[in-house]
Amino acid sequence: MTLKQTPSQTVGPFFAYGLTPEQYLYDFRQLVDGQMRPREDMPGEAIRIVGRVFDADGQAAEDAMIELWQPNAAGRFNHPADQRTERPLIEGFSGFGRFGTGTDPDARFIFDTVKPGAIDDRQAPFITVIVFMRGLLNHAYTRLYFSDDQAAQAHDPVLQSVPAERRQTLIAERRDTATGVEYNFDIHMQGERETVFFDL
Amino acid sequence: MSKSDTQPQSYTPRDWDSMAGFIDSGYKSTGKRGVSRNLLEINPDLAALTGPAFGAESVGELDHDLTRNGRVNGEPLGERIIVTGQVLDEHGNPVPHTLVEVWQCNAAGRYVHKKDVHDAPLDPNFLGAGRCMTDAEGRYRFISIKPAAYPWGNHPNAWRPAHIHLSLFGPSISTRLVTQMYFPDDPLLAFDPIYQSVPAGARERMVSRFSLDVTEEAWALGYIFDIVLRGPSATPEA
Ligand SMILES: [Fe+2]
Repeated sequence: MTLKQTPSQTVGPFFAYGLTPEQYLYDFRQLVDGQMRPREDMPGEAIRIVGRVFDADGQAAEDAMIELWQPNAAGRFNHPADQRTERPLIEGFSGFGRFGTGTDPDARFIFDTVKPGAIDDRQAPFITVIVFMRGLLNHAYTRLYFSDDQAAQAHDPVLQSVPAERRQTLIAERRDTATGVEYNFDIHMQGERETVFFDL
Repeated sequence: MSKSDTQPQSYTPRDWDSMAGFIDSGYKSTGKRGVSRNLLEINPDLAALTGPAFGAESVGELDHDLTRNGRVNGEPLGERIIVTGQVLDEHGNPVPHTLVEVWQCNAAGRYVHKKDVHDAPLDPNFLGAGRCMTDAEGRYRFISIKPAAYPWGNHPNAWRPAHIHLSLFGPSISTRLVTQMYFPDDPLLAFDPIYQSVPAGARERMVSRFSLDVTEEAWALGYIFDIVLRGPSATPEA
């Protein structure tokens, strides 16, 4: 190694007009938002992911930024490192989303996407979640798994490597609502239910 | 996308010796918001080797020029600066065609963000947000106004040193980085818990250097800030 990594710093409380400007109604073009399913006819199950980011006191953070990264419904990532052409790419699906918790009255993050396919035979479907906020000096990576994939999760190597009593922190709960399928995924930074974060 | 034939099979780990701890006694809000348990190790898979790719079309003509992208009826006030540098990986290889997003306060120390209540004036001609892509050699360049120090509530008489916030992706979500760039010889660095949260020997990497070569005569002062992201840890067989 010839060079040393640049240290991380907190995103701070004022990222919105730079990173999520249109969501927060600032006059600056936004590159990415919570709408990861820009077309209605996108292959895969349409789902909504909602959740909050809680601190040690159970207060929901109103200044967190969440990013999601996922493959499409066929389990293919839209990236040159994933060359598995037998799994087709889907036009218009990037797999990346970003949403700040400062615009929802309940401090929720809200993403509309499709349920990802499994990326291989061993792992259950999941989405990588990245947390940024004031008071978080390094961004934190976690994984969101789906409550209706129990059979696949029973032999998932990552989930099984997580202590059994903490595994539930990675499972998003499915709910069928009048407007469609919703998964709730709350993130707890600390406390008894502290979310499992990974050294990705 | 170039170089798709040389995709790494894993990235070097985050260099925790160069990073702040999640909970820092000087930076108050880390106490309830920082991760308190150990991070779990995870074997790299495709999810860690891939990430969003932003094309050249992501960046508008004025996005890199913060002295122009927020104008309403004139030029923003303050000291014009050029911030440039190279984005590299740990092996010294350039990180080409990657998105760099920036945001900052104005020359009076005030952010456009609605939640910023610091009693300093907004500048109607300055937004303070921008973005650009690195070129084939990993180089980026912004034009802006030098941000000022501003007070915050962390402790009595707490002031943040002047800084610019930066967000970078690199080739995968493993190389993601959000950081802050500081200015040389700022006396506030010694008193800033956010800067000081990073170990000595590493925190200095977040301080830009003044460059007369980058400085443009009768127009703007130049600062160089190179950024090092995680690099490939294994080279795939040819
Ligand atoms: Fe700041």
